[in-house]
Amino acid sequence: MAKSGSGPMSAAILLDVRDVCKQFPGVRALDGVELQVAVQEVHALLGENGAGKSTLLKILSGALRADRGEATLDGIRLEASESPRDRQRLGLITIYQEFNLLPFMSIAENLYLGREPTRRGIIDWPALYENARALLAGLGLSVDPRREVRHLSVAHQQMVEIGRAVAQKAKLIVMDEPTAALSGREVEILHAVIRELKTRGVSFIYVTHRLDEVKRVCDSFTVLRDGRYVARGEVRGVEIRDLVRLMVGRDVEFSRRARTAEPGDTVLAVKGISRARESSGRHAIELKDLSLEVKAGEIVGFAGLVGAGRTELARIIFGADRCDDGVLYVNGLEMRPLRSPQAAIRAGMALVPEDRKQQGCFLEQSISQNMTLPSLRRIARWRIFVDAVKERQLVQHYRGALSIKMANSAVAVGTLSGGNQQKVLLARCMALHPKVLIVDEPTRGIDVGAKAEVHQLLFDMAQTGIAVIVISSEMPEVLALSDRIVVFREGCISGILDSRDATESNLMELMAISTTAVAQRMAPA
Amino acid sequence: MKASRRIDVVGWLRRYGTSLFLLALILFFALENSRFLSIRNVANILTEVSIYGIIAVGMTFVILTAGVDLAVGSLLAFAGMSGAYVMKAIGADYPLSWLVALATATAVGSLVGYLQGKAVTFFSIPPFIVTLGGLTIWRGATLILNDGSPISGFDASYRWWGTGSIAGVPVPIVLFGLIAAAGFVTQRYTRYGRYVYAVGGNPEAARLNGLDVAAIITSVYLIVGALSGLAGFLLSARLGAAEAVGGIGYELRVIASVVIGGTSLAGGRGGVGGTIIGAVLIGVLTNGLVIMHVSSYWQQVVIGLIIVAAVAFDTYAKSHRE
Repeated sequence: MAKSGSGPMSAAILLDVRDVCKQFPGVRALDGVELQVAVQEVHALLGENGAGKSTLLKILSGALRADRGEATLDGIRLEASESPRDRQRLGLITIYQEFNLLPFMSIAENLYLGREPTRRGIIDWPALYENARALLAGLGLSVDPRREVRHLSVAHQQMVEIGRAVAQKAKLIVMDEPTAALSGREVEILHAVIRELKTRGVSFIYVTHRLDEVKRVCDSFTVLRDGRYVARGEVRGVEIRDLVRLMVGRDVEFSRRARTAEPGDTVLAVKGISRARESSGRHAIELKDLSLEVKAGEIVGFAGLVGAGRTELARIIFGADRCDDGVLYVNGLEMRPLRSPQAAIRAGMALVPEDRKQQGCFLEQSISQNMTLPSLRRIARWRIFVDAVKERQLVQHYRGALSIKMANSAVAVGTLSGGNQQKVLLARCMALHPKVLIVDEPTRGIDVGAKAEVHQLLFDMAQTGIAVIVISSEMPEVLALSDRIVVFREGCISGILDSRDATESNLMELMAISTTAVAQRMAPA
Repeated sequence: MKASRRIDVVGWLRRYGTSLFLLALILFFALENSRFLSIRNVANILTEVSIYGIIAVGMTFVILTAGVDLAVGSLLAFAGMSGAYVMKAIGADYPLSWLVALATATAVGSLVGYLQGKAVTFFSIPPFIVTLGGLTIWRGATLILNDGSPISGFDASYRWWGTGSIAGVPVPIVLFGLIAAAGFVTQRYTRYGRYVYAVGGNPEAARLNGLDVAAIITSVYLIVGALSGLAGFLLSARLGAAEAVGGIGYELRVIASVVIGGTSLAGGRGGVGGTIIGAVLIGVLTNGLVIMHVSSYWQQVVIGLIIVAAVAFDTYAKSHRE
């Protein structure tokens, strides 16, 4: 029924946005954008970083005011003066990447915040929990509604956000990059919930960089480029390649590259790393006897679900987290697991961490400060004063080498696009001249064009003899970049494949996603 | 068009607003009372400012790491008293006796600052709590040290540090100038300065970039402690006595100087330049209100309002930029 009623031709328009313009100082963020979402459909909003998606979402949610344009939701005119609260009351609910939950309150309290069932003015707790349980069950989620939200996984927190939207009788749920932090199986669950809610009459705007998901869950799409409306259409019958072309205005493809240089000596060897599970939740999984080697000039991919041990091992190698047992060899030198990132950097390692904003960037500080921080020791005069000339040379060198787009290097890093931020972090690592480079989620949340550039950079670095470890949730990325692939499953290494033998399906088998999920994932391709 | 112009005004005010306000205050007080801009009064204001301004330079480093030190007023008294006590304990009259007091005060201040920094980093106690404890601990320790009575009877070379002058400029002002310059240079041009901003801006990222975050945080408490000790010595030299009640309430003036000067309590943003303006602004305001015969009760109300207004504007300007 959902399928039959979802064609834009037959269905009524739920959201109609026309001619929206928004000017920021120096930038025209939106220029005459339009967007139509039908009743009971999942609508993909696509575009590279900086295309104007976030601005449009903020205008829809009431967080920003458009300079011009009009919009109706279910026939009701949306006034520019409305606050996010007003929009929620109309049934337009936005779920951002950073969730809006109160971590120390229970699931039930979060679901019904401000709308708790009461009896004589006092919260009716039994009714609250009962309602919450029923609501969660409707989403296929069996968790105790009395649990505090901070104990939940990211995926479950997202479900609570969706549950809250349902409790508010949402007509249109806007989701910004909902799967950026989810593993393959969790993505499947999210998609199942979206399909279920669709049959109950809810529409979605779905913003993502993962185009395979558009094929799997969305009915129609709108593409923005440089703040302008480019195209819309039905997903059925559209190739991912076509979507990419619409987004970037050119053809881009991940291709496996032919390696010219043979890998050299073993630079990094990891032997028998183990760590017990900690009940506090800090170390949620047990790591069991992890061993591997990385050679000079080789790219080793770490594949696996989120929480399977890939990031955990990388952090131990880099000295960011402790482990109970195991040995590291860096350039043949035996080291007890390193005690700090400081020791790791001295040993010749560099890390681009998983979460660019939380762990990587100093968002309010300048590009050059971000880029040179760990290298200051080298460019300091008398080990004390930062040598401004050397610093400028270093920044200019990497700005050119990585073609980082910026007005000047004194601008705060937070003003850059995700792709350029990632390049600044890569430049920071390159300036250390590492022997081992670990890159965790190198292209998360950055646009397609920048992805290809980052891939080329990693590839070039390997060509210069650096041993590179790439951790990624995106299988095409792991396959395109790696010479060998280490697959993690529940804290163990479940297999090490030569990339010539690796395919998405045998990787997924080693990652142990259920076979139906594999089938679903493979189906659209 | 209109929108972008308004943002420029806000950004400009954010940058120069405090300085403009300071200039307006000076102008206002000067027109109200011709004595306000007399050399004597200006020297008076700046000497007063210097004592807590020296501490405020150190406090800027602490607040840049998203910390705070509430114990500076008590530590000033304790270090000043310790210096005078040790000096007297060694003998009545000997050459360079002031050096003993100066060295002791600074050493005591540094040690206490170091211990407080260690408590923050090693035991992960929030700095607010550690230094709130320090606020009463060091005040109590000062009272214990000399049974609540002041120590006085300093020789001329000791008093010179508070009342003398170099080329016509009072010594405390010269010291404040030197220390403020050193703080400015450190923040702008040294590795250490960069590290302080990094730790305050994003401690996890700082750690992953190989910085010893705990050592850097400990060091800023040591710096503010050492400067509190120095200020304690200067205050006793200026007043001619080390008093157990010296520096009461200084922590508020010091923190207010830093905050009015635009350093963010969230860490990572701001600097010594703004702090100097903030410190002078408080000094001018206090002095001007006295000259205008506004009661000291009202002075407190006015200073409090200005702190809140400064932070409110900063927050507004930040959200506006977004």
